[in-house]
Order: sequence, then structure tokens, then C-alpha cells
Amino acid sequence: MSMTWQELKPEQELTLVKPPIEKLQLVKYAGASKDFNMIHQDEETAKKVGLPGIIAHGMLSMGFLGQLAQDAAGTNGFVSRLNVQFRGMVFPGDTVTCKAVVTEKNADTKTVDLDIWAETDAGKPVTKGQASITFHA
Amino acid sequence: MLDTSAIGTKTEWTTVEVEKGSIKAFADALGDDNPLYCDEEYAREKGYPSIVAPPTFPATFHLPKPGLDLELSRTLHGEQEFVYERPIVAGDILHCISELVDVYERDGKRKMTFYVLETRGEDSNGSLVYTGRTTIIYR
Repeated sequence: MSMTWQELKPEQELTLVKPPIEKLQLVKYAGASKDFNMIHQDEETAKKVGLPGIIAHGMLSMGFLGQLAQDAAGTNGFVSRLNVQFRGMVFPGDTVTCKAVVTEKNADTKTVDLDIWAETDAGKPVTKGQASITFHA
Repeated sequence: MLDTSAIGTKTEWTTVEVEKGSIKAFADALGDDNPLYCDEEYAREKGYPSIVAPPTFPATFHLPKPGLDLELSRTLHGEQEFVYERPIVAGDILHCISELVDVYERDGKRKMTFYVLETRGEDSNGSLVYTGRTTIIYR
């Protein structure tokens, strides 16, 4: 899906569908990121603090959105900005679909701005924000 | 009464060595098989000094949080931003400092307190590599 600055057009849409989240992925992500908040591992801890059950790390969904943006840049550029709000919970078994739409292109800075969001049900973002790709001159 | 006295609290500078193994483990946990993140030869061919870190990699730095002493299981991650001057690459030695820049409350089903942290990461030449902005919600 590697694109160039010229190829990306305003309102163009990009999609990345990730495989369903497994508990093993949450264990791996906790280890790799050193985030040992037990609400991502242990039902009892999650329920004790009022959650319906184990929830995925918000940063995992943000990581998926980073993947979508960097895939678009390929080796022609890099993700120079990524910002998100975490709005909804993602549970083990959920399939996260990442979407982006090109909102702006700047020829001087060779950047492309995107609205980005991740959803588990169509039209209901769990994570939502913006990304910028800066292309190599 | 909300205690905002901790606003402005900064950490000491923390040094983070970016290791190839940490990048590979992180990309693997994301299920992201981009060769820039795991194939050093490929990354060099594309002009990088070593393998490249995914854009959310600073999540692994586990930097101290200034002015916060919260029970982890009652915290939620509200917002996150990373802004890059250039991608982080393996071999980078980053000097990072974080500051608590805001504390505020919002009433919902229960009262929640929001803590906003800003992090600055510089390379060994003192050049800015990335800034991070994190909002933590205490429920």
C-alpha cells in the first residue's frame, strides 16, 4: 500500500483490518511495552474497578493506527504526528478495523494529514484522531 | 477540592537506549510485519542507520510520571499524541524529560480527574526527536 505524496489524494480512504485480538496478544503487548496494568490481563482486577471484563490496551489500537499510517508512507516517508482520543473499549475477540481519510496535503512541507479512527463495530470509533505523514524530499 | 499544586512538576532527565530487540518485540506484539521494524539490511537500504521504531514505540519507555501517585488499575489512558522530527531508530540514545502540564476535573457518572503530561525526547546531540502528550484519567 506504499504511496507517494503525489499519489495520495484529498478524501482518499485507507483501511487496515487487524486479526481478532487474542489474550496472548495482550500479554505480548504488556511485556513489550512494560504496561502491567492488570485490567488488561486479569478478569477479577478488571471487574473490581467496574469494567465489564479484560480490556485491550488503548495503545494497542493506537499502534494499529500507526501501522495504517506508516504502511501508507511505505519507505517514502514517516509518521510525523499521531494523536488519538481513546473513546471506547476493545475486548479480546474484537476485530479492530483501522480507517483513514486524507484531509490535507501541503506541497511545501511534503506532508499529508489524515483523520484516523479504529472501530470494532462499523461507524462507532473506539479510538479517533489525526495523523501526519512527512514524505522524504 | 482539586489539588493542582503538582502542575509544573518535572522529572529528572532519563536516558533510554533504543535496542533492536525491543523494537522487534514491540512490532511483533502489534502484529506489524513492516520490514523496516525487523530487517536491518532492508532498513539500511532505505537510508536508515538501523531498524526503525513504530510510531507508538515511546510507549515502551516507561518514563517516570511527574507529580502522579495513582493506583494503576483506576487509571485510564484518555488521549495520546506523538510528534516526530524524525523516526526513532535502533541505537538511538534518547534523553527524555516529562512535565505535568495540567490537572483538571470533569463530572460524569462519577467524578474523574485528568492529568496531562508532556514528554520531550532529544538525541545525544541535543536535537529534538519527539514530543509526547499523554492524558491520564483517574476514575
